[in-house]
Amino acid sequence: MFGQLLSSLADGLLLGFVYGLAAMGLSLIWGVMTVINLAHGPVIALGMFTAYLLFTQAGVNPYLALLPVAVLGMALGLVIYGAAVHRVLNAPHLSTLLATFAVNMIIIGVGTAVFTTSPHNIDFSLGSFSLGPLTVPFTRVVAAFAALAATALLYLFLYFTRPGKAIRAVANNRMAAELMGISSTTMLALSFGLGTLLACLAGGLIATFFPFTILSGGPYELKSFVICVLGGLGNPLGALLGGLLLGGLEGLVPAFMPVSWVPVVEFGLFVLVLLLRPQGLLGAK
Amino acid sequence: MRPWARLGFWLPLGAVFVWGLVVLLLREDTLRETTFTLMMFVGMASSLNILLGYTGYVSFGHIVFFGLGGYFGFYLLSQQGLWLLPAAVGGGILSGVLAGLLGLAVLRLRGAYFALATIGINEAARAFVSNFGPFGGATGLFVNFQAYQAYGGAGPALWTTFMYLWLVTLAVLLVSALVQGSRFGLGLMAIREDEDAAMVMGVAAPRAKTIAFMLSAFFPGIIGTLYFFKNGNVEPGDAFQLHMSIEALVMIMLGGQGTVVGPALGAVVYQGLRGYLLTSPLFKSLHLAMAGLFLLLIVLFVPAGAVGWLRHRFPRLRKVLT
Repeated sequence: MFGQLLSSLADGLLLGFVYGLAAMGLSLIWGVMTVINLAHGPVIALGMFTAYLLFTQAGVNPYLALLPVAVLGMALGLVIYGAAVHRVLNAPHLSTLLATFAVNMIIIGVGTAVFTTSPHNIDFSLGSFSLGPLTVPFTRVVAAFAALAATALLYLFLYFTRPGKAIRAVANNRMAAELMGISSTTMLALSFGLGTLLACLAGGLIATFFPFTILSGGPYELKSFVICVLGGLGNPLGALLGGLLLGGLEGLVPAFMPVSWVPVVEFGLFVLVLLLRPQGLLGAK
Repeated sequence: MRPWARLGFWLPLGAVFVWGLVVLLLREDTLRETTFTLMMFVGMASSLNILLGYTGYVSFGHIVFFGLGGYFGFYLLSQQGLWLLPAAVGGGILSGVLAGLLGLAVLRLRGAYFALATIGINEAARAFVSNFGPFGGATGLFVNFQAYQAYGGAGPALWTTFMYLWLVTLAVLLVSALVQGSRFGLGLMAIREDEDAAMVMGVAAPRAKTIAFMLSAFFPGIIGTLYFFKNGNVEPGDAFQLHMSIEALVMIMLGGQGTVVGPALGAVVYQGLRGYLLTSPLFKSLHLAMAGLFLLLIVLFVPAGAVGWLRHRFPRLRKVLT
């Protein structure tokens, strides 16, 4: 019993890092421009498929493929921002929600036509190691470290580089940042691109251990909402902790009740946190 | 001027009245089925409009009330042997009460936080029902075929269901028009424009929002029961489809939020468009992408929707299109 609990908890925590990475993109976009990106899930799925195509068609190592995946993620974000988000940025929330949802429909529609909805998977394994009652596949460990590295890079970028500081300035006060000579449009587009880049990276990592379809991004998008609220909406670094929290929860809950109750607990907690502490457990920004 | 003294008040009601009457007189089964789907969406979009269009709160959880109310009504009908009409009203009342309780808590959140909370409620409700024993868990509930005998066989039962749906759709439109023209509705619109200012001007915002939420949740519960009765079964995957909530949002955007005619018109046009895209050989595999592109263009370039655009462009029409 205890061994089982320990292994499911370790499993959940390792996955939590990747959940956190996926949520970080959503949180960054919210933090900078108060837009909820409903196209987040399909973008994650596109990350999965890019890694898949590079692996099966060109034989690229899935971890090496993360680099082109990231580049594509950034490009995708810039296109989505320019085409769908920029024009409605100052309109009521319904407009940005529906605009990003329209992008969601377009990606899923085209993706379904191209890839169908039958599952794909990357046939890749690094073996696993055992530690007492634990058996952990190495792909999970590498994914957790990659997520940590991406978070560290994001932190360094946001706090120690000029464009990073400019993004934070725009998030803080767009008007004041403009008066200081920062082009807010460039920074908004850049941060949207960074958000989708993180989502694509998370997708590329998830693809190394789970099979996926074009619709697979959906559950991660929903989890990202929960994580963002746990970690504080608009606090990208809090997202990693939120991800660990959710991953740990997913590891613990099945020990006490049937697995099918996990979403009830997750989303119940989500609504509760929103009500009692809307700034998140860790505080916003 | 009283709202019912205007021509625009009667236009959507009259149109739906004649529409349903014609279908009832023609008595064709395929026509009834298509009209059933269309009217269901007219009812869903118009009821959501009370919250979204008038009050300005974006809810992704409208389908929860359809699902939970429908489940409860269906439970009353199939397990407790209640007659269809009281069962449907029971489903509606459950949805309304639930919305009241949820609203007390959730309506304190504003803007995107409220929208996120409704997504959470939708997922939690779906997961809860899949695990809840009396509602049949993941397999759902069935209606015994014998039950249809009480309505004179399966065929007449479907016609009865259709007639009820027609009446409910009329009721939704009536309530929507009455709310729009009333002092209560003006309060809601003040909340939509600026909630703090509205409160300063004496609008009891928390109470008004909760009543609007309950009104908009009551009808989906009834419609849900009727829909599941028509299908003969109910299961969680069928009852809580997040995309149906979003489709209702799209319909409202298409027709024009905050108007009575808009959501109804949007529902009919959206369903027609979807039907065309699904059956045309050229767009069949890309219908979702085409619908998405269409939605994007509306959001970007005609944010007031068809009716809103017409009202803006031709001021004379404002008397007719409310």
